[in-house]
Amino acid sequence: MGKTANKQMICEVLMEAAKEDRNIVALCSDSRGSGSFTPFADTYPEQFVETGIAEQNLVSIAAGLAKCGKKAYAVSPASFLSTRSYEQCKVDVAYSNTNVKLIGISGGISYGALGMSHHSAQDIAAMSAIPNMRVYIPSDHLQTAELTKALLKDEKPAYIRVGRNAVDPVYEEGNVPFEMDKATVVTEGNKEGNDVAIIACGEMVKPAKDAAELLEKEGIHASVLDMYCVKPLDEATVVRAAENAKVVLTAEEHAPFGGLGSMVAQVVGRECPRKIVNIALPDAPVITGTSKEVFDYYGMNAEGIAAKAKEMLK
Amino acid sequence: MNLKALAYQLREDTINIIRAGKAGHIGGDMSVMEVLVELYFGQMNIRPENMDDPDRDLFVLSKGHSMEAYYAVLAEKGFLDKEDVLENFSKFGSKYIGHPNNKLPGIEMNSGSLGHGLPVCVGMAKASKMDHRNNRVYVVMGDGELAEGSVWEGAMAAHQYKLDNLCAVVDRNRLQISGNTEDVMGHDDLHQRFRSFGWHVIDVEDGNDIDQLHAAFEEAKTVKGQPTVLIANTVKGKGSSIMENKANWHHKVPTDEEYQTIMKDLETAKEALE
Repeated sequence: MGKTANKQMICEVLMEAAKEDRNIVALCSDSRGSGSFTPFADTYPEQFVETGIAEQNLVSIAAGLAKCGKKAYAVSPASFLSTRSYEQCKVDVAYSNTNVKLIGISGGISYGALGMSHHSAQDIAAMSAIPNMRVYIPSDHLQTAELTKALLKDEKPAYIRVGRNAVDPVYEEGNVPFEMDKATVVTEGNKEGNDVAIIACGEMVKPAKDAAELLEKEGIHASVLDMYCVKPLDEATVVRAAENAKVVLTAEEHAPFGGLGSMVAQVVGRECPRKIVNIALPDAPVITGTSKEVFDYYGMNAEGIAAKAKEMLK
Repeated sequence: MNLKALAYQLREDTINIIRAGKAGHIGGDMSVMEVLVELYFGQMNIRPENMDDPDRDLFVLSKGHSMEAYYAVLAEKGFLDKEDVLENFSKFGSKYIGHPNNKLPGIEMNSGSLGHGLPVCVGMAKASKMDHRNNRVYVVMGDGELAEGSVWEGAMAAHQYKLDNLCAVVDRNRLQISGNTEDVMGHDDLHQRFRSFGWHVIDVEDGNDIDQLHAAFEEAKTVKGQPTVLIANTVKGKGSSIMENKANWHHKVPTDEEYQTIMKDLETAKEALE
């Protein structure tokens, strides 16, 4: 199977569900094309709402629809959805407890050369700080499909961030371990004891998995967790992985503050103190480039993660 | 009791709630009272028994700081226990806070942050259209609130979606916390602004007159293909000369002496209407 963008999987899963459920409603803010939601809009025009370029309106309208029994999926670039509409996400969605799923597309730095206005490197911190808001960052299209199916079953608010481009799959078709709100153990490492536990989310999971393979070739044992459920963080699995390792490394496509690294550090510091280092974007506008170019530049790739692990173990 | 007198009875309840909780946006509570009374007792199909009925009418108090007036109305309508509100409003650990909270019966959506109610109601009215329901959706905004850009995003969408089941009310009391609305951020062309956004506009000359409000809401029901807004020209602090049209009564707890005067004025007005 070729590569599929995560956002496309969300659309496909929702279209399948919409066949049976006329209460599934997708909303876009002039973003149906970039969100891969044109097929939904064309197939279910009665269940599609276009708000124009008005992300605050998008979120409030989604909340109003949800209050009246709709399952609202608000699809908009993560940068605008998360922080431009922050007030609406906080009050109309989380505080009013409406069944709105906020789908942040082209998340992280995947808009590349379009610059910092279009990057969402603050969304984990912003969204996680809101009571009653869950935050999910799936790693590949197969996990995205599982996550979307799981989210269809509940009526609570959530923010889901996906990237712009298709990425190499972490999992295999037909073999996608997934339990809602439980981290997926991608690499077990050595059950008797690992040198490093790597905890990653989103597009950092694949390089983390590859880094573990590089390290293993050098006799360094690493475990890898796919923490797609950033909030609620799967603390039990974090503690298990950290307790079985000498050091902990986190990796995320996010600013260095308030993201996965911060949240994991709180748990590790409290439950099983270990040296912990966070691989993240810099506290600055990122260098211009494609996702790959940017990740390579900041050491957010398999080689960079492996090198950081070795440095920590010295 | 007729609705005109009821509005004054509920003003008295509101003042008592404010005094008991030692807090409250008293000026806007007084200006919006007839709008709330006409909606809850003259217009909307909402009562404690039908809150799970998808065909009920829907209401959002977007100017959420008029909560004390709303408490008085919700208690009168049977959603809340008046004595419980009086005893606990604004106290430590209370569920009766200073803005609408939908954990309480009768309240659909939380508000408080201004400029949210209209866009939310656009979503509600859109849902009703999708489901071919005949219910109506009402939102009450303050005039100072109209400086929020999100109001106009909602106004645009309501016209785009042809939401003739949506009726907005502007509590046009012409005062906000800093003073006259026209000095802070003016709206003197408000009717024209809404018309240019594709809305049917009804000017309610006296927005504290139940009869005029009733006629306006009835007219709104006849409008097809576009949303309606009532510009209700009200008096901030309505009911007692010591607080009418005074910006410093935006948020204030009356002193003992002021309380006596206000309650006497309200009682006199109520008796004249009974």
